[in-house]
Amino acid sequence: MSDVIEQIRNVCALGALQSVTAIERAIPIIHAGPGCGQKLWSALSSGNGFQGSGYAGGHAVPCSNSTENEIVFGGEDKLRETIENSLKVMDGDLFVVLTGCTADIVGDDTGDVVRQFKNNGVPIVHVETGGFKGNNYFGHELLWEALIEQLLEDPEEVQPGLVNVWSVLPYQDPFWAATLETIGRLLSQIGLTPNLIYGQGQGIASVRRIPSAQFNLLLTPWLGLKTVKHLEERFATPYFQYPALPVGATESSRFLRAVAAYAGIDADVVEAVIEREEKRYYYYMERAADLFFETRFKPGHFITIADSGFALGLSRFLVNDLGLIPEAQFVTDKVPDEHKEKIEAEFNDSVAGIPSPVIFTTDGGTIRDVIKGLKFRERPLILGSTWDKVITRELQGYPLSISLPVSDRLVLNRTYAGYDGGLTLAEDIYTIILNSFQ
Amino acid sequence: MAINTTISEVPIRERRLKALTGYSGSVKDLAARTSPGCSITNRERSFSQTSSCSSGCAQTLLSGILDAAVVNHAPVGCLGDSLYQNIAHHYGQFHRGWAYSNVNMVSTNMGESDTVFGGADRLRDGIREAYRRFSPKAIFVTTSCASGIIGDDVQGIIDELKGEIPIPVVPVHCEGFRTKVWATGFDAAFHAILGSIVKPPQRKNPERINIINFRGSARVYITELFGRIGLKPVFVVPFATVAELEGMSEAAATLTICGTLGSYLGTALEEKYGVPYVKSSPPHGSVGMDSWLTGLGRAVGKELEIEQLIRTEKQAVQGELAQIRARLSGITAVLGMGPGFSLSYLRVLDELGIKVLYGASWHYDQQYDHGAQPAITTEMALRDEDIPFSIGEQQNYEIANLLNELKPDLYFSRHPGSSVWAAKQGIVTVPVMDEYTAFGYHGLVNFGWRIVDALANRRFVTNLSRRVRLPYQDWWFEQNPYHFLAEEEAA
Repeated sequence: MSDVIEQIRNVCALGALQSVTAIERAIPIIHAGPGCGQKLWSALSSGNGFQGSGYAGGHAVPCSNSTENEIVFGGEDKLRETIENSLKVMDGDLFVVLTGCTADIVGDDTGDVVRQFKNNGVPIVHVETGGFKGNNYFGHELLWEALIEQLLEDPEEVQPGLVNVWSVLPYQDPFWAATLETIGRLLSQIGLTPNLIYGQGQGIASVRRIPSAQFNLLLTPWLGLKTVKHLEERFATPYFQYPALPVGATESSRFLRAVAAYAGIDADVVEAVIEREEKRYYYYMERAADLFFETRFKPGHFITIADSGFALGLSRFLVNDLGLIPEAQFVTDKVPDEHKEKIEAEFNDSVAGIPSPVIFTTDGGTIRDVIKGLKFRERPLILGSTWDKVITRELQGYPLSISLPVSDRLVLNRTYAGYDGGLTLAEDIYTIILNSFQ
Repeated sequence: MAINTTISEVPIRERRLKALTGYSGSVKDLAARTSPGCSITNRERSFSQTSSCSSGCAQTLLSGILDAAVVNHAPVGCLGDSLYQNIAHHYGQFHRGWAYSNVNMVSTNMGESDTVFGGADRLRDGIREAYRRFSPKAIFVTTSCASGIIGDDVQGIIDELKGEIPIPVVPVHCEGFRTKVWATGFDAAFHAILGSIVKPPQRKNPERINIINFRGSARVYITELFGRIGLKPVFVVPFATVAELEGMSEAAATLTICGTLGSYLGTALEEKYGVPYVKSSPPHGSVGMDSWLTGLGRAVGKELEIEQLIRTEKQAVQGELAQIRARLSGITAVLGMGPGFSLSYLRVLDELGIKVLYGASWHYDQQYDHGAQPAITTEMALRDEDIPFSIGEQQNYEIANLLNELKPDLYFSRHPGSSVWAAKQGIVTVPVMDEYTAFGYHGLVNFGWRIVDALANRRFVTNLSRRVRLPYQDWWFEQNPYHFLAEEEAA
């Protein structure tokens, strides 16, 4: 089968540079050609919810801008000079050198160059993320391998209740910032102390705190599994995995119960939180019910096109909280083969309720062809990317952009995670439906 | 030196046009030292921030051709810019009232094993899939750093598929590492179009005018304007069909909205097919439009009609222009744009009565493909007062330092990701994203009012700058903005 990709939904390994910019005051230094930073930032940030340059992203990222000279004669000198001067100009707490195709194909010894700075006390790590090695999920895991090996130190003591949160991929998921805040709030409500790593107010202190956590919470079906296993190996920190991003009441309550059981939190505490949150949630859902049952435009069937963890969360919300019917689920994060079966099962278990085909693909052409082959009696709801609006319009369906690229929306503190996230998603879906005819 | 469209790839701008990415001086100095027979050497940087590469520029143009497809022979990240190109594509469709479609682009998705065994199979797949999926009239194969370094024989693979794919399949050599001047990617795209798409003229079309531009937001106005004097503009390359590109050789003249963009295509059409290329300064503002239209009149033998046209159009905006000038008097500005815009927008700001403190250009071609210095450089050097001027491939740290020192009222920028940094410094920033922003007389006035509005409420940038800081150490702001530029070598 052909491996070409039409309508890209993720980028190459060097895309991990955006995970660095997601850490407050961390500064990526890229050893790559002149266009890599711009292209990756365009895709992951600017063209995806208009997430901005942030503190040191976009065109502020130091780069060797390698050209012919560095290809022919090697780019180590150029890299050394770039790092040396980055340290003079850029104001940051952590520097991460990431390589692109040029450096990795010609075989620059990046590690050697970076170690010289590290030995002088500079907080700096390096990771080889040549674009040909894999996609940005892969690059992100490489980045954490590097941070764990090169930066983190053994903790003085384990802090009870401290939980590292490993969840959505920053920037790839345009809602990441508020999603993490929301997960953090959910954990706080049951008495845990979340360590969110990325986003406002976290920074290098949060990164350094990772080894002292009581456990790692992995809130994805597969991304980051390597990372939490690595942390277990290195610091003996156990991990707890919950595969779906909790969207809406059913999943949020289920998630809270599961994590509380793992952490040994008193069931009464958790049930009290759940009762309070669900009451509030259904106060609003009751208001929405009139519209849901009286609109002539209720979408019968839905399709999700997103990363595995997000698609799973969205789908469970649409089935359990909104009562819709899944038609097909496209999983676009290039799930490694060994995780596919488990993910498919998650989509078809008793929580998912109604089985639907799961298609693993990163190619928009395949998605379009499959969708074109489906029969809809009513207007379908398609939660996907801005690419997918074209086919959705052809089907006279309702499009909502929720996965990369989200280029038709500005995303700031919006999230679909948690109890409020479900309400927000309900608002967004029905706003699109109501807008379609007035 | 005449353009040769039969060679496999166009020489990069650093060699062909003596393009610079490192310089600090002034407009008059630059003009004098790059006048015919003279040239200056580039000054390298020992610190740089990520800029842009030629494949982005090539793909920007090629992705816009309505019935063509792009196969990017690269790892998937090299199509990162396709998201932006799709936004621009939708923007152009919106302006035309068309239904939305996505850009026809595929990545061959190169992986680790391809760097060892070569990516020939993937490229074959990519071309076949693009043909099957889009039924295009032409396929452009854009290269990448990875495909270039491992040495995939793109032309050879294309040749093998000749019998199977009955349309032009054209390589576009735009490996990012070849050049620091991303505009070389425009030339790579045009080289491919000239070599494999443009056909010799069957008959000359005295009405047809090629207009080289990006998304063509002013096309309704230009069509109406030119229609008054019996001319018909055809906008290339984005939103043109392959058939429209084939017929570029039949036009009566070629105009460009941007000298950087149009130099290679315009000159080649003139040299190869005798289509006059109007080499005037660009149509930004009133003076620019005068020279653009006058150049067109001369090229098509309609001097008198053009003169009349200019008079009417100019007359219509004089009152408003005076009002704007009064409002903007005493306002200071710094500007940073690509060379097709930087020097001519210095003149636009002059026309609006704004005092320009400094101009920065993302690169600079010491000459264009037709052999002469850009007309705008020659013209701006005649200005009474000189303007400090620098060249750098969008080095934001230099601009931040400059703005910190000069503290202008306004910063004008062109290029995604360049304007926000000035806003964070509390400087009112006016981006010039649409290529027709200050187009001609009406565009100048509209632009003027936009600036008046921007200055009328500075609260957003003031509030923002109080709460955010730039990622630079204090040490940097104590240095000369061009601290990391090497000394100039004696020419």
